[in-house]
Amino acid sequence: MNLETGNIPSSPAALEFNCVSYSVKQTKIIKEVSGRIHKGKITALIGPSGAGKTTLLKLCNGLISPVSGAIYVEDERIEEQSPMSVRRRVGIVLQNSPMVHGTVRDNLALPLQLQGLALSDERATTIMDRVGLPASLLTRDARELSGGQKQKVSIARTLINQSQILLLDEITASLDPSSLQEIEELIVKLNETEQITVVWITHNLEQASRVGDYFWVMMNGELRAEGSKEDIHASEDEQVKRFMKEVLS
Amino acid sequence: MSWMTLSLTLIFVFIPLLLSKTLNLGLERDTIIATVRSTVQLIAVGFVLKFVFDSNHSVFILFMVLLMIIAAVQNARHKGKAIKGITWKLFVTFVAIEALTQAVLLGLHIVPATAQYIISLSGMVIGNSMVLAILFLNRFTAEVEAHREESELILSLGGTPKQSINRQLLKAIQASMIPTIESQKTIGLVQLPGMMSGQIIAGADPIQAVQFQLLVVFLLLATAAMTSVLLGFLSYRSLFSERMQLLKMESD
Repeated sequence: MNLETGNIPSSPAALEFNCVSYSVKQTKIIKEVSGRIHKGKITALIGPSGAGKTTLLKLCNGLISPVSGAIYVEDERIEEQSPMSVRRRVGIVLQNSPMVHGTVRDNLALPLQLQGLALSDERATTIMDRVGLPASLLTRDARELSGGQKQKVSIARTLINQSQILLLDEITASLDPSSLQEIEELIVKLNETEQITVVWITHNLEQASRVGDYFWVMMNGELRAEGSKEDIHASEDEQVKRFMKEVLS
Repeated sequence: MSWMTLSLTLIFVFIPLLLSKTLNLGLERDTIIATVRSTVQLIAVGFVLKFVFDSNHSVFILFMVLLMIIAAVQNARHKGKAIKGITWKLFVTFVAIEALTQAVLLGLHIVPATAQYIISLSGMVIGNSMVLAILFLNRFTAEVEAHREESELILSLGGTPKQSINRQLLKAIQASMIPTIESQKTIGLVQLPGMMSGQIIAGADPIQAVQFQLLVVFLLLATAAMTSVLLGFLSYRSLFSERMQLLKMESD
């Protein structure tokens, strides 16, 4: 595979891919992806639609399994851990994460409820504060929230599991500029203050530049380039160059 | 009723044939096939039942019940082909319900242990169970597909397959039971059940006919609940992989 790796320091890996492939029937969605997601950093995952980015995140959360190759979460192979444990350690927030019936509090309590535990008032208030939402919203019907508030609740709901790795799938795609900025600031704060590793799929190259420490460029199921912003811009890969040109124009 | 008198009832078949021809509905062929099939099947079953009732031998009774179960499985399994192993799941469900209901009916001497009671009541139980299974499977697979995102959310947060699909499972169980419960609310008011009408026409005391009908009503209520619950709990696990991943369902 023609992969440009740039100048990547050998920091510990939160996630590691070793020749990972995934296919549905005869169609290959992910093709022999190998690489590392750096611990405590924000990696922006960019690439055109249909490149396999969402599939890659679902593989990390264990919602699907590779047909070949292996994925490691902090040096432990996913298949060797219980699916429930992997999913709690590697949280995922999707573009349109559904809110379950009930209040914001019910939504925040869901991950604990699944383990037979209850959410204390104190913890509910703390988590709302962590994502920058007022505690007064706890009793509101979750379906009545604005897009930005819903995404913050989705992030808070995932963080209840104390996930150290956060996978974000275009979570700001349908938000207004002010909500988008709030979410960006929240994620950067979570990453800086709590060292949470973030993998963030975004179509917005400016956003990727603002938040990303590292970049992965995926195209047609392949990881075509990875590295710092400068590495990606200096890429000699024709497909990556064409993609960057299109996005920037 | 003589065979000659019965043949006069074919007048009722000419009415849909005439309507189909006049209105160009194109249903003449199907109407004729349905008439011929139902006539041949029922007459054949009549002779088989006469033989089984006369012999009153347990092997023949068991054989008849098994035949009913196999036919019911064959009919219902197409609706659940998205669920792996649906054939044996339906078979287990029908056998369990038949065994349980017959154990109560015969064990408590509610009905005599003769072929005519066992086979007639088994037919009602298995037939009702089959319809319930079809209703359940239709609704369950539709619910799972419609709420896939919600199930995946629960799985992604560390929930079990059962937790991720519980709401859909309960909704499908409820929905499949509603027709049975609703039809029983109006029984005797809007409709006189076929079995009761049949007994009254055959000269039975209406009160005794009502007693038997009530037995059937209660029996069908129990089979409705048992079919959906049993089939639901046998089926839901097949929608997930060993790694607790919600599998894509094959559409019809």
